[in-house]
This record gives sequence, C-alpha cells and structure tokens, in this order.
Amino acid sequence: MPNPPHFENWTCPLPLRDYPTITLAHGGGGRLSAELIEHLFLPAFADTTLSRLTDAAVLPSPSGRLAFTTDSFVVRPLFFPGGSIGELAVNGTVNDLAMSGAEPMYLTAAFVLEEGFAITELAEVVRRMANAARAASVRIVAGDTKVIERSRGDGCYITTSGIGVVSDGVDVGPDHAQPGDVVILSGTIGDHGMAVMSVREGLEFETTIESDTAPLHDLVREILSVTRDIRCLRDPTRGGLAATLNEIANCSGVGIVIEEKAVPMNAAVRAACEMLGFDPLHVANEGKLVAVVPAKWAHAVLARIKAHPLGVQAAVIGRVSDQHPGLVAARTALGGTRVVSLPLGEQLPRIC
Amino acid sequence: MKHLTEFRDPELAGRLLAEIRRTVTRAWVLMEVCGGQTHAIVRHGIDQLLPPEVELVHGPGCPVCVTPLEMIDHALAIAAKPGVMFCSFGDMLRVPGSGNDLLRVKSAGADVRIVYSPLDALALARRHPDREVVFFGIGFETTAPATAMTVHTAKRLGVCNFSVLAAHVRVPPAIRAIASDPGNRVQAFLAAGHVCGVMGYHEYPVLAESHRVPIVVTGFEPLDILEGIRRAVRQLEAGEACVENAYDRVVTFQGNESAQELIATVFEETDRNWRGIGTIPASGWKLRPEYHTFDAELRFPVSGVRPAEPNSCRSGDVLRGRIKPTECPAFGTSCTPWSPLGATMVSSEGACAAYFHTGRFIPLGLAKTAPDAQPAAL
Amino acid sequence: MGKVDFGGVVKDVCLAYLPGIAVGEYAVVHAGFAISRLDEAAALETLRTFAAMESPNEEPL
Repeated sequence: MPNPPHFENWTCPLPLRDYPTITLAHGGGGRLSAELIEHLFLPAFADTTLSRLTDAAVLPSPSGRLAFTTDSFVVRPLFFPGGSIGELAVNGTVNDLAMSGAEPMYLTAAFVLEEGFAITELAEVVRRMANAARAASVRIVAGDTKVIERSRGDGCYITTSGIGVVSDGVDVGPDHAQPGDVVILSGTIGDHGMAVMSVREGLEFETTIESDTAPLHDLVREILSVTRDIRCLRDPTRGGLAATLNEIANCSGVGIVIEEKAVPMNAAVRAACEMLGFDPLHVANEGKLVAVVPAKWAHAVLARIKAHPLGVQAAVIGRVSDQHPGLVAARTALGGTRVVSLPLGEQLPRIC
Repeated sequence: MKHLTEFRDPELAGRLLAEIRRTVTRAWVLMEVCGGQTHAIVRHGIDQLLPPEVELVHGPGCPVCVTPLEMIDHALAIAAKPGVMFCSFGDMLRVPGSGNDLLRVKSAGADVRIVYSPLDALALARRHPDREVVFFGIGFETTAPATAMTVHTAKRLGVCNFSVLAAHVRVPPAIRAIASDPGNRVQAFLAAGHVCGVMGYHEYPVLAESHRVPIVVTGFEPLDILEGIRRAVRQLEAGEACVENAYDRVVTFQGNESAQELIATVFEETDRNWRGIGTIPASGWKLRPEYHTFDAELRFPVSGVRPAEPNSCRSGDVLRGRIKPTECPAFGTSCTPWSPLGATMVSSEGACAAYFHTGRFIPLGLAKTAPDAQPAAL
Repeated sequence: MGKVDFGGVVKDVCLAYLPGIAVGEYAVVHAGFAISRLDEAAALETLRTFAAMESPNEEPL
C-alpha cells in the first residue's frame, strides 16, 4: 500500500486494544458496539450533537431551501495514492450538495464493517473522514455501525447523507444548459480513477498519479459570487467527463461540442490510460467540476476558478449547441469529430 | 509520451492528407487489418478527413471478435468449475458466448480475474497452489510471445496447477483468405505493425504478388495510419503491388527472432475457426504435445457444448470487409454494446463497437455545425 | 524482468525477448512483454519525411 495508515499519533484506548479486529459483537448493539462508538467514533468526529448519542440528531432549522443527498462508498483498495474511502465518503457527499449550489452543513455516516477488519485501519479511515469534514467545515452529526460476516464484504463500506442550504436566486441543474453556453472544466481529468487503478490487485503500476479527492463547495461559492446565473454544475465522478456531459446534453435537450485538446490531463494519466486501453473521458474524478455558464459570464467565471487552488488548471473545453440534441461530440486534434459515448459500466483493461 | 505524441501532430497530418489528395485520382478500397488501427481511425476521425475516393474497410484483426464461439463456450464452462480461477484480459469479459459471457459467469459465483499479463496469471497459480488457474490465451502474434513465455516458464518451474486455453491466431493466413474470397473488395492491405514487429514481414511478398495487392506495414498513431494509406494509394495509382514497410522504427524484415523461436518451441500451427468467418487453414496456434499438460482444453474436457450464433449477426461480413457495420440490419437496433449479438459489437477494437461508440451511424454534419470551442470572447 | 517507463507510469516488464536492450532505449510493450525495440533514428527520419511534404496551405486552389 503506497499510503499505509499512520498510527503513531493515534492512541487506542483500552479495551479496544483487546480486539485488534472487528468482531460480530461490534455491531451487536451491546458493550463492544458502545466501546467502538465511545473510543473511536466520538473522539474522532468530536461533535457535540453526535456525542449526545440520541436516536436522531436534533438541529436548528436553517432558513431557505434545503438540499439533501445520500451516497454509498465502495472502493477497493480502501487506501490509494492521494486518499482513502474516508476522504471520498465526506468529499463525495459535500460535492453532491455543492453541485446543487448548496452550502453543506450536516453529514451522517453509516458504516458496514466486515468481521475481521483491522481496528487500526478503521481508525485511520475515521481519522481521515474527520479531517476531511473539518477541512470542508461540515459536521458529522449522526452515525450507525453494522457488522457483516467475514468474506461478505471488502472490509468497510460507508454511506453518508448530507444536508445543505441553497441561497436565494441560485438555481442550477443539469436541465438548464442552453445553446451558446460555455462549458468550463475545473482541472485535469482521470486522476482519481487511475490512482485507484495503480494499486488495484493484478494491475499495479508505479506512478506519481494521486486521487484528486477534494471538497468543491468553496470553489462553487466562488463561482456563484461572480454571478448566480450559472446553468449547471456537475462533478464528473463515476463515468467520467463523458457521463457528465451526456447527462447535461440529455437533461437539457441540447448538443455539446468539446475540443479534445482543450481538456486538461496529466501526462501520467494519459500514459496510464493508453497502457490499459481506457478512454480518459470515462475515468472517474473526485475533485473536479463542470460548469455550464452563459457565454457573457464565461471569462469572469473562468478567471475566478483559475484563481482558486482547486481550479488552477481550469479551461474552457466546449460549447452548448442547438445541433444534435442529446449528443456530445468531440473535435479531435486532427480536426475529425466523434461522438463521446456513455461508458458501458466499469472500465475493463483492454490489453490484446 | 516520446515517440508517440510526435506521431499525432495535426500539422504533419495535414501534410500527409494533402499528399494523399494529390495522389488519388479514383476510388480505392483499403483494409486496415488490425483492430487497434480501426480504433485509432474512428477515435481520431481519420476516416472523415480522407478524400472520398479512399474507402477504409475494417479487417479481422480484433482478437476478441474472431475467437471462435466454441472456444468462448469452453472458457465459460471452465470458468464455472468449482476450484478454478479463470484469468483473462479485460477485453474478453463481455464477449458473448452462446447466451452467456464471463461477466455473468462471474456474477453467478465463478472466480474470474482480470490480468494485464499472462505472467500475472502464473503468479496467481503459484500463490494459490490449491486452485486450478487457467489463463485465456487470446490474441494475435503480438500476444502469443507472452503466452509462450508463460507456458514455458510454468513448465520450467513445474507449476502444475496452471494451464492455458490457447486461442492464438495469425494474421497472414487471414489476409490470404480475404484476398482469395470471390466476393473480396479489398484492393490493398495495411498490415498490422506490431504483429510484424514480432514476426517480420517475410511472409507478405508472396501474398502481395500472388493476389496483386499492395501490402503496407503500418503503425497505430494517426501519422502512421495516414502514411500507410498514402503509400498504399500511391502503389494502387501506379499499378504496383508490393510490400512496403511504413513502420520501420519498430518493424524489421526478420522481426523478433527470439520471440519467433520460443513461439515455435511452444506452439504448432493448426486450422482455426474464426468467428463469423469460418475455418482458415494453418491460421491458429495450439500447444505442442510437449506442453499438453498445460493445455486447458485437454485438462478440462467439456461435453455438451453446442455453440449457437444468432442468425441476425453479420459480423462475418463486417470482418471480411464486405459490409460496413452500419449496413447490418441489427446494428444499433437489436445489437448494441449493451446487448451485443456478435463479438464485433463488444471490444472497442471491434468495428461495430467502434462505429457505435464514436457515433458513425449518426449523420451529425459536425464539420459544418461545430462551433469554435474557444469562444472569441476569451 | 525490468522496469519500463510509459511516460510517467512504470511497470515491471519481461525483457527476455529483447536481449541486449539497454537502459534509456525505447520498446513496444504488449501484455507485460517488450516485443520490439524502437529505432529512434528511423523515427526521426520518418518525421523529417513528413515535414518535407507540401503543406496543404501551399496547395494551389
């Protein structure tokens, strides 16, 4: 594992020490469950509401419209260059809220743990989640843990739900793109997917590629501070940029034309994709966004994104068109065109 | 990457295209043999940039497309056996057998692993001595050296729980079969560069001569493909029919002799059924008797396999260059990448899937309508 | 076995088919095996040939 968990600064209070791995009893609701909560989850997440251990988090009601979302996180291996399932579980849900134009506020976290999963690994996942939540200024206010029998899972699955508030006048959605709009991408594509692939059993390769997992709500705040007249915001996660653009084209009933050479990409990601026969447009990202904006705002929005640490390599990659509604086309570097199709499902390395 | 990106240069591509336009005076039909070339052609939109006189038809050089149905059915049966760990390149997982594929067999409980190299499968066999590890050895002369070395190593190390389902195929007999077909339309071949990198091209002069077809050894980058086309068109216009090497940075006349040697040690030629095309004499490689203990076909005899190909699939005509994928009535209707009838709709190197994924069936007219993606205001 | 750098991605590759290949040379790799050596001089020569071709802009209309 390129990023082994660090336990130097983590003190594991007794009696967890007696149980180096998760047992079925840790999910049984009895004493061991309580100890796991008290000694592992509560100190890490350090939230006053969570610490009350009520059946439901009781929270003050924010004014305005709520955004509410949920997502499950399943990744193998759990730790990969640049991140882990912990960062993904927080940033993924934060980003789902952000892409609705919401300010993320509260998260819940539900863990499905496999019997035999090392407590030290769980602690590292939880520590990373807590750090990610602090970095994103969201609170983890409720949680749950269940344990499944050994060899019925990949160690640890996490589901997070999130609540955020959408400011007045903000109305973004994948169905809002209009012909003439400009498509902006906040940075390089494919980093997350290829970072995970580089440590996938059987395909391992050495690389400097790291996952781009990051919370994007601050970047969204910056974009919305230029104008509230933003049509769509989308983070191209599973299915990559191709799936996101297809979704926008479909929902909005418009065509999208991108310029292939304008799409930013790290050389190592391009090389890894060529080695394994992947289309980089289909590879997942966890810290990038696509913004569809009216042409008159494109310049200002791009400048603001580029000024943000998460958007330094942002670029205009294409335009929305009234031609070929529902389809995404790419102009190749040679001047040809092709349709950017939806990926089939999980990408399989194409070798022969 | 060095020596790759230079061969994608749009400016030089423009020069090659101009040269092709200057050379061509009438209609010609060229076949690119290799699926990797088909993929690159549609991926970069090269077919749209060529003058209308040059028609490219796509050849049978897609290993997953031509692996015979009975072999895939056999693979599915082996993979489903308890205790077997079945290793394959990712390419094969969605290829339909008679009503099933490896992904579905996996979801039903089989242990199917994706590997990057056959050596990875051998390593799994050594790590799991209690399991029977089977590698699905598909591919052309480019992949055969990898399988040969792996089987050779397994024998040397005495790894008894390892075997190979060998379905390797050879390009030259396929070119001969296509060129001798009475319905053949192909007037020149772009031979597969990496295959020739291994095997050399000493088998081609006799083909070019006896069938009066130019054969140009061609690489995989856009400039390589354009140069292959340019040279083939020049020969056709001049009435020549000889073998040229347009990929001399990789290919030599003799090829990689140490690879050829080990291939000859491990494999022997055999008649092989090509899916959709039929049996082509001496077009396949099977393990020699000295290596029979590593032959999964013999280790796991399967009875009762009755291969059945859907009637409506015309992948055979596509693979022989008789029709374009879009001319098949099932294309895009009953046959899509989500629910493929034939193997050519599965691999992105298969002509049907390449056409489908890149929207060759949609009359986009993009050349006219594509707006400048760099808005003038920026 | 040796390490091959695919432009920022490094993988262990079997070099047995290219006896004598030296550090710094380029090779075609397929399914974990280096199968052909790349001749850099030939590559440059090919590019020079392309560059010497007339540009489409120089074509008479």
